[in-house]
Amino acid sequence: MSKRIDLESLNVYYGDFLAVEDVNMVIEPKAITAFIGPSGCGKSTLIRTLNRMHEVIPGARVEGHLRMDGEDIYAADVDPVKVRRQVGMVFQRPNPFPTMSIKENVLSGYRLNNNKMSKSDADELTERALKGANLWKEVKDRLDRPGSSLSGGQQQRLCIARAIAVEPDVILMDEPTSALDPISTAAIEDLAVELKEKFTVVIVTHNMQQASRISDMTAFFNIAGTGMPGKLIEYDKTEKIFSNPSQQQTEDYVSGRFG
Amino acid sequence: MTTVSSALKASSSLPRWFNPAAIIAAFGIALAFDTLAGANDPESGINLLAVGFGGFILYTLTTYIASRSVEGSRKATDRMVTALVTTAFLIAVIPLVSLSYTVVANGLARLDVDFFTMSMRSVVGEGGGALHAIVGTLELTGIATLISVPIGLMTAIYLVEYGRGKLARAVTFFVDVMTGIPSIVAGLFAFTLFLVVFGPAGAINGLAGAVSLAVLMTPVVVRATEEMLKIVPNELREASYALGVPKWLTIVKVVLPTALAGIATGVIIAIARVIGETAPLLLAAGFTASMNYNPLSDKMMTLPVFVYTSYANQGVDAQAYIDRAWAGALTLMLIVMVLNLGARIISRVFSPKG
Amino acid sequence: MAGAKATKAKVRLGDLVFSKSATAAGTLILITLAAVAFFLFIQALPAFLPEADFHSKADNPLEYVAPFIFGTIYGSLIALVIATPLAIGIALFISHFANRRFAQTLGYLVDLLAAIPSVVYGLWGILVLAPFLNPTYVWLNENLGWIPLFEGQVSATGRTMLTVAVVLAIMILPIMAALIREVFLQTPRLHEEAALALGATRWEMIRMAVLPFGRPGIISAMMLGLGRALGETMAVALVLSPSSIISFALLTSTNPNTIAANIALQFPESGGDYRSLLVGTGLILFFITMVINMFARYIISRRAEFSGAN
Repeated sequence: MSKRIDLESLNVYYGDFLAVEDVNMVIEPKAITAFIGPSGCGKSTLIRTLNRMHEVIPGARVEGHLRMDGEDIYAADVDPVKVRRQVGMVFQRPNPFPTMSIKENVLSGYRLNNNKMSKSDADELTERALKGANLWKEVKDRLDRPGSSLSGGQQQRLCIARAIAVEPDVILMDEPTSALDPISTAAIEDLAVELKEKFTVVIVTHNMQQASRISDMTAFFNIAGTGMPGKLIEYDKTEKIFSNPSQQQTEDYVSGRFG
Repeated sequence: MTTVSSALKASSSLPRWFNPAAIIAAFGIALAFDTLAGANDPESGINLLAVGFGGFILYTLTTYIASRSVEGSRKATDRMVTALVTTAFLIAVIPLVSLSYTVVANGLARLDVDFFTMSMRSVVGEGGGALHAIVGTLELTGIATLISVPIGLMTAIYLVEYGRGKLARAVTFFVDVMTGIPSIVAGLFAFTLFLVVFGPAGAINGLAGAVSLAVLMTPVVVRATEEMLKIVPNELREASYALGVPKWLTIVKVVLPTALAGIATGVIIAIARVIGETAPLLLAAGFTASMNYNPLSDKMMTLPVFVYTSYANQGVDAQAYIDRAWAGALTLMLIVMVLNLGARIISRVFSPKG
Repeated sequence: MAGAKATKAKVRLGDLVFSKSATAAGTLILITLAAVAFFLFIQALPAFLPEADFHSKADNPLEYVAPFIFGTIYGSLIALVIATPLAIGIALFISHFANRRFAQTLGYLVDLLAAIPSVVYGLWGILVLAPFLNPTYVWLNENLGWIPLFEGQVSATGRTMLTVAVVLAIMILPIMAALIREVFLQTPRLHEEAALALGATRWEMIRMAVLPFGRPGIISAMMLGLGRALGETMAVALVLSPSSIISFALLTSTNPNTIAANIALQFPESGGDYRSLLVGTGLILFFITMVINMFARYIISRRAEFSGAN
């Protein structure tokens, strides 16, 4: 399953501070969409609105509409917890649960919600999710070891396995490789490309090569200055953004003139 | 340029042997003086306090003067401060050593089977034991733990996970203030509370004692738990939320297990702190010579109160009472040390990895 | 997975129950503190009515409690005078002088002092410390007796105000040293290195960077230590040879008792209005320590706001 996401005049606030202003875009299913831009431009803030994680921060709120396959996830009667079950998220730093084994980490989306499942189902799901995250071969003999015993890159793939185990429609990745070495980064990038066969993938990255390598669509964000809101400057096919952008700011950024 | 400019040359300093030599000489002289001063009065022994003080002054002065003449006044001041600061630390260690030695040396005399198997019912003079007090202490501390851990845990969860605004700030502030309640006031509180609610007949019993201990224990549990919850990385909470886990399940199944070792350590340290409390139990639980298993009625003996009353209300064979007091003190110290050690081991072994 | 509109409820039952019980627990702390004041107050009230009868144990509540208030504050202040320089010294020793590898163990050693029950301190004070200090008291009295603190008939047992103050000082040392150490360790490394880069010796660095930074910490540690000393009961009850007078003499056998020790000594045998009077003195002690503690916490919290990053 894979869903189309519609953002319509979306304003994102921290209390009274407008962090991201008036975003309108359509995120395509079965594709990788990359958010790029300088630090503080609001790209991480924006990605956290896609699964309503933004409002976990006290005072944070959102105005406008955000539809997944036409359904507004910010409608009054929507349960944010249910939204998050459909939208998996991978964070900047790998964050497996330190008290759980590798297997328990994979199953945590079910277990933490008090869902019972038979041992054979659990085993099957563990294998499927770990295979989906390209981690199965490396860990199949030590599923009961703590998740924190893995290397950084493996931990990040474990977090991806954890996210896809609950069978979401969308996977969000917030700078998933910024804490990893180049080899682990390549593994994650390969995985992201595989994931788009089944999911809508949105990735925030600082690394423009990464965006140009793996993404189908790229959104460039920028701010006019500190204290100003971030804005979506240009959103187009990745090739176009990197070869022939229509905005001067985009051109300056992708050619390395600032940021 | 092969010569080193004089500004960079290492300045001359006192030889390494100077420090130990000065210490030995200073205290030797002080000891000699004290012995000489006491020579015309054979009754008086060596006054260790005088020797220590005199030796310290001598050492500090010699070092300062020697260092000042060789190394200059700045180094001399530095050396003097080092001496002062080290002495401060040693002064703190001396009572610890003396206290431990005294308790062990005096306590061993009565640390026998009787002590752990008998109460003081109809015991006059020698014999008897503290079983009733040990049982009382275990029961009361247990009840106090059952009261204060849930309240303390939930309060800490409130402060870390939910609390915002005025109420949270007030709770934080008053938890701190509550850690400073004098223990005797906690005892008075439990007594007056039970007096008002249950009348004079129900005012002094084990439960009242447990309540007074809980008043002292809860803020300690809150503080310890709060610290531990705060160091649980926010990323774990976010990971859980992102999986579609509601907040309360995130707290119960992710945050608490991650902080569990630290919380357990904190609870044990809190127990160790209240298990030696005497004053509140003296008022709220009273004292008795007999065994009483029921915390809901009648006075209940506890180990600290046993120590106190054995010493304060000596009977005909005074030494027997003092011996029992020391044996009780030793038992209490052992319990406290075991608890502290256990807390350390738990925090070492189970501290979250990664 | 079906659509997002599965539940209408915006707040889940589990979340609601859990957050409400957490808030209730926090509120219970406030209620308990208020209840302490309330129950002590209603039980103390009879002692302050004109018809109160203390069976010749006291005439006037205020005259009764005055020496104890004096003794409580006097003994604690002397303890504080002894403990503060020692605590600063210990904190400095552990944070800046001792070998890094041993520092933690040394800190643990000092913390052990805090784990010892006060009744054990009392026994030790009366049976070991008092006889140990007494010859020095005799000497002080003979040679420095012209100082009012050391005047009067010196005690034969050593169970004097000064011994009590020494015991109290030892008891409040660990908490003070721990807090001061904590603050010293927070001294910004940059300040310390800046001082060392200027060619300062270790002591000069401490004087320039550590002590100014740690001053609020020292003050609040003093307040907390004072709060502890004011409320300490058993060590005083065991060690002090108590009277009901106001006197500054430190070495005699007639010493002003403290509120807490007086309650412990008198309460088990008391009844009626006299018991109420004792509860009243407890209420006074509660308020004194509350004020001191609130002041200490106020200083700490103000500092926390100042330093921002920490």
